[in-house]
Amino acid sequence: MSEMSQPLVRHKTVQKIHLTVVQIVLTLFLITFLLPAIWMVSSSLKASTEVFAHPIVWIPERPQWNNYARIFEILPFGRFLWNTILVTGLAVLGTVISSVMVGYSFARLNWPGKNLFFGLMISTMFLPEIVTLIPRFMIFRELKWIDTFYPLIVPHWFAVNAVYIFLVNQFLRGLPIELEEAALIDGANRFQILTQIIIPLSKPVIASITVFALLQHYNAFIEPLIFLRSMDNWTMALGIRALNDTNVQNWELVFAAGTMMVAPVLLLFIFAQRYFVQGIALTGFGGR
Amino acid sequence: MDLPLRSVPSIRRNRLRDWTAGYLFAAPFIIGFFAFYAYPMGYSLWMSFQKWDLLSPPKFIGLANFTKLLQDPISRLSLYNSFYYTVLAVPLQLLLAFSLALALTQPLRFRDLYRGGFYMPILIPIVASAVVWQRVFHPEYGILNEVLGWFGIPPLKWLFDPALAKPAFIIMSFWMIGRMMVIFIAGLGNIPVSLYEAASLDGAGAWQRLRYITIPMMTPLIFYNMVIAIINSFQTFIPAQIITQGGPENATLFAVLNIYRQGFEYFNMGYAAALSWEFFVIILGFTIAQFYMSKRWVFYEE
Repeated sequence: MSEMSQPLVRHKTVQKIHLTVVQIVLTLFLITFLLPAIWMVSSSLKASTEVFAHPIVWIPERPQWNNYARIFEILPFGRFLWNTILVTGLAVLGTVISSVMVGYSFARLNWPGKNLFFGLMISTMFLPEIVTLIPRFMIFRELKWIDTFYPLIVPHWFAVNAVYIFLVNQFLRGLPIELEEAALIDGANRFQILTQIIIPLSKPVIASITVFALLQHYNAFIEPLIFLRSMDNWTMALGIRALNDTNVQNWELVFAAGTMMVAPVLLLFIFAQRYFVQGIALTGFGGR
Repeated sequence: MDLPLRSVPSIRRNRLRDWTAGYLFAAPFIIGFFAFYAYPMGYSLWMSFQKWDLLSPPKFIGLANFTKLLQDPISRLSLYNSFYYTVLAVPLQLLLAFSLALALTQPLRFRDLYRGGFYMPILIPIVASAVVWQRVFHPEYGILNEVLGWFGIPPLKWLFDPALAKPAFIIMSFWMIGRMMVIFIAGLGNIPVSLYEAASLDGAGAWQRLRYITIPMMTPLIFYNMVIAIINSFQTFIPAQIITQGGPENATLFAVLNIYRQGFEYFNMGYAAALSWEFFVIILGFTIAQFYMSKRWVFYEE
């Protein structure tokens, strides 16, 4: 007995040391990894003299909350925030509704040409965005949609992001079909099945695509840059870029704007971490 | 099911109803596909044969845009920049994400917190992370040179040095490995424990288990992450657009930034369309080549 347990004990000790080393290395690495973010938050509260101090000041002596107020005086960030919320909200709503419908059709219904369109859907995921961005600009220009929110919202009511359809499709394929068959025999139509059976069962995947779409539209940069012109229509992302261009020397203000834009996303992540991880594991897409 | 009891017409009627419902529910995508993919792509193809500055009407110029892009030194440089960036960034990202995933599948304390921490930068809006990294690399007041200074490395000029600007963007890209890491973690969790147990009984050490079990079992996901990362890296340009505007000396003028500029800054719409098609063909070629080569090294369980 004791002869047997001796190497086992040694093995356990070795493993414990090994794990402790991994833990320490990871901790140091994580701190380094997050240093830019920590620096951003800390610098957003610095006085302008502290920003350029050597060695680096990590904790501002007197937090300058005023920095946050000042960015609202330089540019109408309240307006930008409202625009961002409006565009993001409507685009996400369209994404979720259209993706659930299309995903259901691909997963459960049979119609001629389905396989062709499924293949086309998958192939759009590999299409570089720039290829369609240029002609889309021309089309929206002809429609007189430039400098309106339509180019940022309308396409998303037509399930243009195949990733979300794919996510719904994958999820629905994992659901048992018996409930739907029973409902069909009871005389329910497809619309009733979708709204009364599928949607309640699909809450996890709907949550996943909602958080991903929220992130995507909140973070969007290039499309607002191309499609929006007047400052009244700018989103947060455009506001921060303008602040960065016009206040190159005022690092604390740029950092305050950055922190302000990150804060809601981090809150969302803390509450919805499960859905992020689930979504990525399900498709491998998501995030960026 | 009680199929024999159903009459044939009812089945046919059901199928017809199924078809109608199918098209109806898929309609957003079908319409969206034609409106926002097929038609724009056709439009873009037509544009690539035109000279069009948006002020005067488009003029057909045959293949001139395509002969131009083959000779244009700036466009060729932009492709080189994207190649350089992709070829160096992707393997390092894969290595980093894989190592992190290995470490974060060990029975550590506060494991979820660590996972969340490494994933977190992905959530930071691209504009916010760009303006922060722009300053991280600042030669005088940035934290990178400060941290390097602790190890006795003299301050570098990073984004102001044409030789270091691309490496700086590669370093910045490591901030975005969270997505890869999560995929690897999910995959590592799916490797059957019995394989490791059997190997241990045969006397395999930790290194051998990694070499002969973990890595072969993970090749499909390594391949998957690689394909996606190459497509993404090749398209990277927003950070460069915000931070360096392509400089210094065009060192960070990436392929898509060049196309973007030709289109939306210089309004050479036809030329930009032609460049975007060239870019598309290159990416497509690379992706197909990877799938072809994957047969040699990706291990699929049957």
